[in-house]
Amino acid sequence: MQQTKTNPGQVAINLMFAVVSLLMILPLVLVVSISVSEEKSLLTNGYRFIPESLDFTAYKLILQTPGVLLNAYGVTILVTIAGTILSLLMTAMIGYAISRRDYRYGRITTFYIFFTMLFSGGLVPSYILITQYLHLKDTIWALIIPYLLSPFNIMLMKGFLQKIPGEIIESCKMDGAGELRIFFRIILPLSTPALATLGLFISFMYWNDWWLGLLYIDNQNLVPLQLMLYRMMNTIDFLSSNLRRLNVMIDLASFPSLSSRMAMAVLAAGPMMFVFPFFQRYFVSGLTVGSLKG
Amino acid sequence: MRGLMKELRLFQKNIELFLLSFPAVVYILIFAYLPLVGLVLAFKDYRYDKGILGSDWVGFKNFEFFFTSQTAYIVTRNTILYNVAFILVGLVFALLFAVLLNEIARRWIKVHQTAMFLPYFLSWVVISYIITGFLDHEHGYFNQLLMQFGADPVYWYNESRYWPWILVAVSLWKGVGFSTLVYYAGILGIDSSYYEAARIDGATKTQMAMKITLPLLAPLISILMIMSIGGIFRADFGLFYFIPNDSSFLYSVTDVVDTYVFRALKNVGDIGMSTAVGFYQSVVGLVLVVLANYIIKKINDENSLW
Repeated sequence: MQQTKTNPGQVAINLMFAVVSLLMILPLVLVVSISVSEEKSLLTNGYRFIPESLDFTAYKLILQTPGVLLNAYGVTILVTIAGTILSLLMTAMIGYAISRRDYRYGRITTFYIFFTMLFSGGLVPSYILITQYLHLKDTIWALIIPYLLSPFNIMLMKGFLQKIPGEIIESCKMDGAGELRIFFRIILPLSTPALATLGLFISFMYWNDWWLGLLYIDNQNLVPLQLMLYRMMNTIDFLSSNLRRLNVMIDLASFPSLSSRMAMAVLAAGPMMFVFPFFQRYFVSGLTVGSLKG
Repeated sequence: MRGLMKELRLFQKNIELFLLSFPAVVYILIFAYLPLVGLVLAFKDYRYDKGILGSDWVGFKNFEFFFTSQTAYIVTRNTILYNVAFILVGLVFALLFAVLLNEIARRWIKVHQTAMFLPYFLSWVVISYIITGFLDHEHGYFNQLLMQFGADPVYWYNESRYWPWILVAVSLWKGVGFSTLVYYAGILGIDSSYYEAARIDGATKTQMAMKITLPLLAPLISILMIMSIGGIFRADFGLFYFIPNDSSFLYSVTDVVDTYVFRALKNVGDIGMSTAVGFYQSVVGLVLVVLANYIIKKINDENSLW
């Protein structure tokens, strides 16, 4: 990087980005601040960016009776891990097949995938398929299967795999390795950056999903994190009834509903926010790989 | 017969790669192509006991029912106008940020990227909590601020006139980091010798951005454009459902095709009409993509998607 003298333009650009970054982060700060505020001050002063005094009652209450939260976490973690692994494997497998220029059915398969990006049956036929014919309603599979493959991800994967030099594959064949062996032993290890990027996107999609839950889950024990959060939005009953069931002595009138709600939001979004910076370095490299044009 | 034998032999040669693609091919068949069959429901009076094929034909009645209602116009208008606004506003800001990002020190790029990218990874449910933090009638930050300045609090969730701005702002906030990164990655891929040459010729930074960066990004921009135009008739359900909190006061400006279909399905259970509306969405989407691709091909053949 060449050393440039600071000029007004440079300063303005830096300032602008500082403001943009602040605008991005401040809304998150508000939620965290509400969650650690005293309920009384929230009721009198409303929401503030800086809490008047720190108060962790909301977190204590939630963590005292972690049943609902832990169950939702369990569902979401299971769905995220299983979904991501399955989805990555299937995406890589088909992505690799169509990335090979010498694969006879590469072009037609690519079109077969691409067409689904242009035209789809829409919500209702998929809903009927999953509930009436596959009988997945109120099963954990309803939260995993519908998201396994996205044509966009396959194209991204294909774009990356096309950049692997054909000579590598050729020399493996010369050594007598079969296609499956080449894929699992050579191609997969070589595509770690792409797998990490895609895997991150896929896992965020599973972690943040409420849509599949909203459509297919009625069973209390299968409610994922985001759906639980959505159901809490307008009613705090969810929490308080759970507290009552466990005989925690608490005056419902003084239940800190405002701060608890936001504490739940923090607990639901939090873990992924910690995972995310670790993958940051893969982003740019991962995204540049997928030239979309197929 | 001979041709068939030859084809079989060729298949045998490709069988291992075919096997690799097989699970995904079957999956796509079931979850993307099979639902297309379900589109016949748009022309049927669906009854659970009779099944998809057994239900009675009703012709275009389901479409008629939707298109003669007042809502058809409102949700169509909302869907298209919002998406056009999102695409244009998103494109302008993302390009601007991507070009400018190139002008600041490496160290800071990382910081800003992380900050801008963060909202992209929040779910709409979590974002709806954030928005209530600002817009809640009683405790919301904006109303507190208004009251501090002696103004009357605004009942945000009842007043439709603010929502076009709010929705565009929220969508920009969530998405701009991602689009910026996509374009920034595109810029990084540009051969630096172009800039060297321009510098020797005495070009200014602005000239370089206009004459080198933007033209070379054009293929990327147009591909992403075509794709988003295809989706112009599909709304981001979470944004339109959770952020206005499904407040019926706001339907005139927040209801889009997707939320309409969802409500028709969940609350009324009208399978035929919901399918018809979904069909309408897909067809218009397809026509728009083909049209966009055609126009871009006319302008510059190389930038088209196919």
